[in-house]
Amino acid sequence: MYSEKVMDHFNNPRNVGEIENASGVGTVGNAKCGDIMRMYLDIDDNETITEAKFKTFGCGAAVATSSMATELVKGKTVKEALEVTNKAVMEALDGLPPVKVHCSLLAEEAIHAALWDYSQKNNIEIEGLEKPVTDIGEKEEAPEEEY
Amino acid sequence: MSKLIYLDNAATTQVYPEVVDAMKPFFTEYYGNPSAVYSFASEANKAVTGSREIIAKALGAKTEEIYFTGGGSESDNWALKATADAYGDKGKHIITTKIEHHAILHTAEYLEKKGFEVTYLDVDEDGVVRLDELKAAIRPDTILISVMTANNEIGTIQPIAEIGKIAKENGVLFHTDAVQAFGHIPINVDEMNIDMLSASGHKVNGPKGIGIMYIRKGIKINSFIHGGSQERSRRAGTHNVPGIVGYGKAIELATTNMEDRIKYETELRDYLIERVLKEIPHVRLNGHRTDRLPNNANFCFRFIEGESLLILLDQKGICGSSGSACTSGALDPSHVLLAIGLPHEIAHGSLRLTLSEKTTKEEIDYTVDELKKNIERLRKMSPLYEDFIKQAV
Repeated sequence: MYSEKVMDHFNNPRNVGEIENASGVGTVGNAKCGDIMRMYLDIDDNETITEAKFKTFGCGAAVATSSMATELVKGKTVKEALEVTNKAVMEALDGLPPVKVHCSLLAEEAIHAALWDYSQKNNIEIEGLEKPVTDIGEKEEAPEEEY
Repeated sequence: MSKLIYLDNAATTQVYPEVVDAMKPFFTEYYGNPSAVYSFASEANKAVTGSREIIAKALGAKTEEIYFTGGGSESDNWALKATADAYGDKGKHIITTKIEHHAILHTAEYLEKKGFEVTYLDVDEDGVVRLDELKAAIRPDTILISVMTANNEIGTIQPIAEIGKIAKENGVLFHTDAVQAFGHIPINVDEMNIDMLSASGHKVNGPKGIGIMYIRKGIKINSFIHGGSQERSRRAGTHNVPGIVGYGKAIELATTNMEDRIKYETELRDYLIERVLKEIPHVRLNGHRTDRLPNNANFCFRFIEGESLLILLDQKGICGSSGSACTSGALDPSHVLLAIGLPHEIAHGSLRLTLSEKTTKEEIDYTVDELKKNIERLRKMSPLYEDFIKQAV
């Protein structure tokens, strides 16, 4: 069901944990739908992401996309991190089953939420960053009706 | 795979070698169509009758009240749709429960679109139907009550005899989906006033693709699959002779040692439940503590999600199942877990383990040990657990 890369990131998730006094923390998703991602970012004076950690409640794909998202943003500038889309996360994982695409959307949203927190704390505006939605369900298309 | 601990016997079961042996000759040797006239077909015909007799006896039914179908879902569809069809003139109200299998629920929803009214009864926190609510739901135009014998997810056994009595006193037909129960616990259609019953071969060490419907004599429901005159013109299609023979053999085996099997599975199930409740924190047992299928255990582990637990268990050779939304591709977790009053986030962390008479204590010990390790691992990466610990401090 999952690609080898997804299984690898699920079995050996990179960057699990918390960052104390992180530059930015974002939590997205809700327990009702079964996925919650929390991302911690440390960002230095040059607006470079020096450290990324996550905690996730969710399925195998949710864990793997969080893990991959932290890997992808580490070392990037804030501006570059904004370009890490759900598609980029999915491609880096060699794809996801169609029903799990929302996990990659959640990962993208987690990055944005952490960056948003950083921008609010430092009273700066990040070009192209909008206030993230906490419930990714709003962004998804309604499921097809049965029969 | 090197190690296999199969704890998903509610999903399907191993076909017993004795069952396969009984079936084999009907593929290669006695392959005749049982409806044919020539004597070559008579072995097949006799075998079908033999299986029908075994199954009828196991239910306390008459032989001619057993109809072979393609499985449990077909039987459930047949019971509801054909009753609606035959008795729709008398009334358009059906009563069922919120915890039925989708073969019943989606059929009921289909009938609602066709102009029927359906009452979906709530259940209590253990998953048991409240009899006073059932009585109160019956109306002059109620034509059918359909309540499952035992629940496939949480294992709770319903008070079927009492429900049958209420149905009879009110002149309403009573159907029960016994797919999880038949062959596992005693059922008697007369003592329990059951008018129709669905059951399936593969849940009781028989083959897949074969099921039955019991229809009490005098009930005037018609054919659901139209065609030939098989099954007293009530279910067309050439008999699945090997399947029927296998089902008969499986029921013969299941009924012969039912008492021992119930005792063995119940003891092992209780051992599993006790260990899990004692050794893993933030856990709850779903379903009734004692009025449950002998082989069913269903837990919710807080702060974790079921699918990720299933994947980790799979890597240790353990097969289980979960009512988490992620395992079904749906957004909501199991309707059964929601019906017993669990909040979504707890329902997402469910795990069902269903044993067999071949499950050993060593396998259960290994499974509990792995559960402890892997639940701890998932909690360490759970933001819900992090919040919980911080709030507690």
